[in-house]
Amino acid sequence: MTTTSREANWTKWMRAAVAGDSGAYRKFLHAVAPYIRAIARSRCRRLGILESEAEDIVQEVLLTIHLKQGTWDPSREIGPWLTAITRNKIIDVFRRRGRRIEVPIDDVMDSLQAEEELPELRPRDIDALIGKLTCQQQEIVRSISLGGASIRETAERLDMTEIAVRVSLHRALKALGALYRSSTGED
Amino acid sequence: MKTDELIIILSNDGLPRERLWPNLALGTAVGTLVAATLFFGAVGFRPDIAQAVQTIRFSFKFVVTISLAVTAVQASLRLSRPDEDFRSSTSLLVAPILLACAVGIELLVLPSGQWISKLIGHNARICLTLIPLLSIGPLICFMIVLRHGAPSNPGWTGATAGLAASGIAATFYASNCNDDSPLFVATWYPIAILAVCAAGYLIGRRALKW
Repeated sequence: MTTTSREANWTKWMRAAVAGDSGAYRKFLHAVAPYIRAIARSRCRRLGILESEAEDIVQEVLLTIHLKQGTWDPSREIGPWLTAITRNKIIDVFRRRGRRIEVPIDDVMDSLQAEEELPELRPRDIDALIGKLTCQQQEIVRSISLGGASIRETAERLDMTEIAVRVSLHRALKALGALYRSSTGED
Repeated sequence: MKTDELIIILSNDGLPRERLWPNLALGTAVGTLVAATLFFGAVGFRPDIAQAVQTIRFSFKFVVTISLAVTAVQASLRLSRPDEDFRSSTSLLVAPILLACAVGIELLVLPSGQWISKLIGHNARICLTLIPLLSIGPLICFMIVLRHGAPSNPGWTGATAGLAASGIAATFYASNCNDDSPLFVATWYPIAILAVCAAGYLIGRRALKW
């Protein structure tokens, strides 16, 4: 598949996602994860950081994509937006870790074009951050991630309304984003 | 947690997305209302406004301040998108260019002996106080809304929000001020506006990080 048709697919899926199609959204996230991973790995390699840390970056970028999708204008292609989010977030992550780096935008685009499928390494940051959420938020997040349970099943199991589960999940994700940002200097 | 698990969680979060533009429109409306309340409560129009609106110098102040407010609100929206930078915000030049043209014409029509007295005017201190003061409400509203953005440069996006807030403030202030010469407007308004921009820059650098 060429880069343009791949990005055209991403744009198509994300437009469907904005219109409320969560299946298309999942497809989109699954499709972009390997490219973010390729960029993060190559950054880590170049800076002499363990490549296992790249998966932490992938997860933080995916969460940012999720929380900031309102800043994407659906009348445009998703590629430049995705590149900008990834680039900004990677700079941010390395700055937090006490390194100043420049990520030229062309460099990111090159990596985006690299068709590599990389195996996923075990990330660590996110579990520590989830541990800082409220008990109820933790339970909801774990229920949906591990069992693959739907919102409705989770609501039944925790004896909550579906709306309450949705709101709590959304707050948990926003809190995770804030926790990532404030994790400066802790590692 | 594996990345696949994270993706499942993210795709289960079906709550409505925070769209920037409607929020910014609301923020602009609320900010303008706050500034209006303060202005009409504590300051008010100049007494001779009925005659003033018939003069071109008075009316032109609003052409400049309103175009500043409109272009700066649009620019702060654009800059809140990560894939945008100042290159797409050339419309910010509209207000300064309009004002520069007015200054040029004023210098042509006004005898040079009056230049200095028109430039100094009578209200410089009030101008430097009221514009920043009236900007506070709109600036806070803009910051709250723009926190949902993802600006590549939080500082400059904050400064642009300051520009938008002071455009609103200057529009109200201009209806009180009886110094209508473009020489006055081009001297004192920018000083007040730059102070608000600097505050916006400093606040934005922290508050608009994402």
